[in-house]
Amino acid sequence: MTEQELRLDGNAAAGLLQEIFVHEVTAARGACAACGSVGPMGAQHLYMSPRSPGAVLRCSACEGVLMVIVRAGGRFRLGLQGLVWIEMQDVDATS
Amino acid sequence: MGFVSRAFKGRPRDQPRDARVPPGQYLVRDFPVLSAGPTPHTSLAEWSFSIEGEVDEEKRWSWEELRALPSETVTRDIHCVTKWSKLDTTWEGISVDTLLEGVETAADYVMAFCDGGYTTNLPLEDVTGGKAWIAFAFDGQPLESQHGGPARLLVPHLYFWKSAKWVRGFRLMNEDSPGFWETYGYHMYGDPWQEQRYSGD
Amino acid sequence: MLDLVDETPRVRSLVLAVPGWPEHLAGQHVDVRLTAEDGYQAERSYSIASAPAGERLTLTVERLDDGEVSPYLAGELRAGDELELRGPIGGYFVWEGALGGPLLLVAGGSGICPLMAMLRLRQAAASAVPTRLLYSSRSLEDVIYRDELDRLVAMGSGLEVIHTLTRSIPEGWSGLHRRIDTAMLGAVAWPPAERPLIFVCGPTPLVESAAESLVNLGHEPAHIKTERFGPTGG
Ligand SMILES: Cc1cc2nc3c(=O)[nH]c(=O)nc-3n(C[C@H](O)[C@H](O)[C@H](O)COP(=O)(O)OP(=O)(O)OC[C@H]3O[C@@H](n4cnc5c(N)ncnc54)[C@H](O)[C@@H]3O)c2cc1C
Ligand SMILES: [Zn+2]
Repeated sequence: MTEQELRLDGNAAAGLLQEIFVHEVTAARGACAACGSVGPMGAQHLYMSPRSPGAVLRCSACEGVLMVIVRAGGRFRLGLQGLVWIEMQDVDATS
Repeated sequence: MGFVSRAFKGRPRDQPRDARVPPGQYLVRDFPVLSAGPTPHTSLAEWSFSIEGEVDEEKRWSWEELRALPSETVTRDIHCVTKWSKLDTTWEGISVDTLLEGVETAADYVMAFCDGGYTTNLPLEDVTGGKAWIAFAFDGQPLESQHGGPARLLVPHLYFWKSAKWVRGFRLMNEDSPGFWETYGYHMYGDPWQEQRYSGD
Repeated sequence: MLDLVDETPRVRSLVLAVPGWPEHLAGQHVDVRLTAEDGYQAERSYSIASAPAGERLTLTVERLDDGEVSPYLAGELRAGDELELRGPIGGYFVWEGALGGPLLLVAGGSGICPLMAMLRLRQAAASAVPTRLLYSSRSLEDVIYRDELDRLVAMGSGLEVIHTLTRSIPEGWSGLHRRIDTAMLGAVAWPPAERPLIFVCGPTPLVESAAESLVNLGHEPAHIKTERFGPTGG
């Protein structure tokens, strides 16, 4: 088994992200702080439990860390230092 | 308790009848691969191990130099924070004491750093005194890259995330500072017997 | 849990009735959580294979013998049992009629599931979006939804299905008999100039190699959406 086989798509984090965000975050776009690439969160690389102590979303262009989510005993800690920005649809404006 | 799935047992997990299994852990026989990123592939020609930071003089070993140092074979139990434990794992590696011989430092902490950018922090006294190794073989075979090869840190008395895969060196520090998982809420020390999983535990 | 349908020797569909189910999009998934009596929990994702249809949905699960969750879902579970699930989730790997086409779907094994939801939606909406499915299975017996796919093709609504078998082939098989590769994708896919929407789903190694081939063939990365199922793909 190689490292590639452990990788999932960011889309697989949708359930987890739904616990934290009201918006559907996998469809949101984000910008990587390391290389500047812009793309939907669902298209980035995801490393997740049970094969990792936390969920790590990495840039599909440079593998830099975009987002880390740790479910740490009664709370979530969300690290976003690898994202310059994240953009979600304004539901009010589109309806 | 809430919902129970009828007749669901889950992965066979031996009930910890054993005094060797810390609280909240179950035993596995296989060796699960944990990964938070792609597996780095550094050629042995480029590989080195360094001791830097708060030291009088930095030290560095090439792969050949490191492998020329006296090594030890140790058999230890390992405990992962994702709740599996594995008993009697056999490793070959170089004691961290051997690497720190002759290193002058007043530091109390080390940050282990790795290929791929992973880091983890430990008190210096937890990697000295025969408690930690730079391991390059598991079960008599060269350590596979998915398990941290060519070399990983082995600190079996702490949760296994402290046993950093693909380790490339230690940065000695006067003050404790969080590594990768510690930054995101995992415990600064990580003693499995105290169930120190998350900060605040 | 309403019903169980055996699709192949190793694959079973679960038909669920979920009160208050919000309509899902084709391609979305659910997270299924199992809880043992001692409180131990395991959670895995499963794609919704059915087109949006009220409070009913179908999951199709391939049994991995050394797996933890799939042998339970595709073996132990009985009609009438309850399941805990969260969803529908995922806003990225989805197709709606309005997105148009042409549509290129690439599946390996149970990776057909979310793509089947798209094909079923396409059918239900009487869409004529030109669609090609390249579907890799181990053998003919392992092809999930074989009859239904044949029926959908026979309707003549512009759907083509190209099977490739990676292990055993039946006598007289004239179709493809190898893993999905660049040459195969080049022959099956529309030219990049037609800007097809591409969905690739299956075991992680298959998805990564197919996506790489498609980029090498000149398809725009932004038009290639992938869903990796993990180590062996479920
Ligand atoms: C978004 C998404 C949608 C999915 N949709 C479907 C679907 O529609 N149908 C479907 O059948 N599957 C689907 N899957 C796959 C599914 O979620 C499960 O991964 C699959 O059913 C296997 O689960 P399991 O518990 O049976 O196996 P697991 O116990 O998770 O094991 C799977 C395999 O990986 C190996 N393995 C497990 N852990 C490790 C480890 N730590 N290191 C190395 N190897 C390991 C095991 O030996 C086994 O061969 C989907 C996955 C995702 C992410
Ligand atoms: Zn990047």
